[in-house]
Amino acid sequence: MAQSQVKIVEDPAVQEGEAIITCTNVNKWFGDMHVLKDVNLNITKGEVLVILGPSGSGKSTFIRTINGLEEIQKGDIEIDGVTLSHDIKAVEAIRKDTGMVFQQFNLFPHMTILKNIMLAPIWVRKKPKKEAEKLAMELLERVGIPEQADKYPGQLSGGQQQRVAIARALAMQPEIMLFDEPTSALDPEMIKEVLDVMKELARSGITMIVVTHEMGFAREVADRIVLFDNGEIIEMGTPVELFDNPQHDRTKLFLSQIL
Amino acid sequence: MSENLKLVEYTKPIAPPVNSIGALEWLKKNLFNNWFNSVLTIVSAIVLYLVVTNALYWVFIEAQWAVISNNYKLFMVGQYPVSELWRVWVALLFASLLFGMSSGVWKGTMIRIASILTLIYLLHIIVPFTATESKVWLSAQIGVLIFGYFLGSFLPKAKWITLIGWFFVIPVSILLLRGFGIGAFPLVRTNLWNGLLLTILISIVAIVLSMPIGVLLALGRTSKLPAIKYFCISYIELIRGIPLITILFMAQIIVPLFLPPGMAIDNVVRVMIGATLFTSAYMAENVRGGLQSIPKGQYEAAKTIGLNPVQTTTFIILPQALRAIIPTIVGQSISMFKDTTLVAIVGLVDLLGIAQSVKSNPDFLGRHMEVYIFIAFVYWVIAYTMSYSSRRLEKSLGVGER
Repeated sequence: MAQSQVKIVEDPAVQEGEAIITCTNVNKWFGDMHVLKDVNLNITKGEVLVILGPSGSGKSTFIRTINGLEEIQKGDIEIDGVTLSHDIKAVEAIRKDTGMVFQQFNLFPHMTILKNIMLAPIWVRKKPKKEAEKLAMELLERVGIPEQADKYPGQLSGGQQQRVAIARALAMQPEIMLFDEPTSALDPEMIKEVLDVMKELARSGITMIVVTHEMGFAREVADRIVLFDNGEIIEMGTPVELFDNPQHDRTKLFLSQIL
Repeated sequence: MSENLKLVEYTKPIAPPVNSIGALEWLKKNLFNNWFNSVLTIVSAIVLYLVVTNALYWVFIEAQWAVISNNYKLFMVGQYPVSELWRVWVALLFASLLFGMSSGVWKGTMIRIASILTLIYLLHIIVPFTATESKVWLSAQIGVLIFGYFLGSFLPKAKWITLIGWFFVIPVSILLLRGFGIGAFPLVRTNLWNGLLLTILISIVAIVLSMPIGVLLALGRTSKLPAIKYFCISYIELIRGIPLITILFMAQIIVPLFLPPGMAIDNVVRVMIGATLFTSAYMAENVRGGLQSIPKGQYEAAKTIGLNPVQTTTFIILPQALRAIIPTIVGQSISMFKDTTLVAIVGLVDLLGIAQSVKSNPDFLGRHMEVYIFIAFVYWVIAYTMSYSSRRLEKSLGVGER
């Protein structure tokens, strides 16, 4: 595909901090399909990065490569000093430091909400049961649904389930949170409650990467926005730069379709 | 906001229209709605009438049930020595206690199963041909069952005690039935274990042991290590391609050829091994079906919270997979229970084997109808109890609901 390669000028302001995620020339193929093409991206500690782009642009695949759910065939991903590789130890170390929230929640339907959240602290962090339960209740308070602790996921609304999923990811006390279209499976009236939790999280200083279609959220919360199209980053900048003064034609096209 | 809500007026709900119809109307609508259905209804009614009256006439007038009542002990335990029968009763007491405790701990379905068991005991107490000694034992079973219920309801940690009890009940019972050859426990050779006792022992051992083996085989089949994977696949496909009766013959005749001289494995044990190996292959395929029903997202969620593969399988995948296949597991168990009748062909005297020998007893010549109908009824009661329990269990666990 002959497409003009645009030199990406990174915003110096957000590059000053220490990089917690460094992606260098990341390439991935599904069969013959080239889904990630030389993606280069640094993410600083505490940054909220929003990834936008049309569907099929590779943004979900990209976020899933960061915690090793998708393997990359070329390039390097380094997270907090650990390089992602085939070594299962490295992958597990990275997964302990990153939490992930999925489009389809993926709660464990056979366990109560409390058990869903307590599982990883008990078995991965080896916390005593009492302490794990206390932590789980604190997290449920934080996402605003402590009264649902003893219910099963199937008894909760989509918005509540997604908030539980966020609490479950936070229970590992990760340094990085990955959100893969967290509101796309929700009814419109439930989107706000999930976004509110995410906004609170963003203010708390945790590093966040969010794949989303929520432009309002991106504009309000993001430190930096990355626009994916056709497996590559076509534009990157602060919300103001990107929304008010897009440089690339494809960015303009995408924004005109969505706004 | 709440003030605005007050302004909203809702249409009052009304009851749905009543569409119940009278009995006559129902008959007309369902049985006599055209001439063909009317003829069909009348013919079926006549056939049904003849079948039912003849069956009832046979059961209550013509049949001579003495063949059953006189041989009742044979049907139940076969040639197990009368002097050692107390061991069977004690083993049963252990099981009754556990059924009682389980109903105290888990209520619901377990109470119903325990009630069915109590009903069976009661029926045996009421019928006139039961020996007085047996009636005492049967009353003890009921007593222990009720005692167990209260124990299960009020004892702290009753759940764990009950689970441990269930874990030990089969090995302990088998040891007790076999004896140690000393003092009050003389050895009772397994060729004297017959009748329903043998049928139940073989099926329980095969069903219980085939579960863990089946789970391991199913997990092995999905393993990434080729050695394990292909071993499991060949085992499953090999066993599933051989009829059970062939496996039983092989266990009886071929296995001893491979054993060092002087070493003999008991007949009954050989059959138990054969039946277990056979059922395991089918269990493995059932479990694999359950594993495949788990969405990929569950694996991914488990990975991202840092669980390792063993933890993922133990806490996330297997509990859901096994819950999803309860109906097939129970189906498999019922069919194994009925398939135990094949051991009669390789020379073991199970319930069917006893039936064969009772009907050839010259005292009861020509009474084979009674004998076969009786053992069919026994098989049906047990199989139906199993399928009924599984349906209750599915409901209480919410299988099929998400």
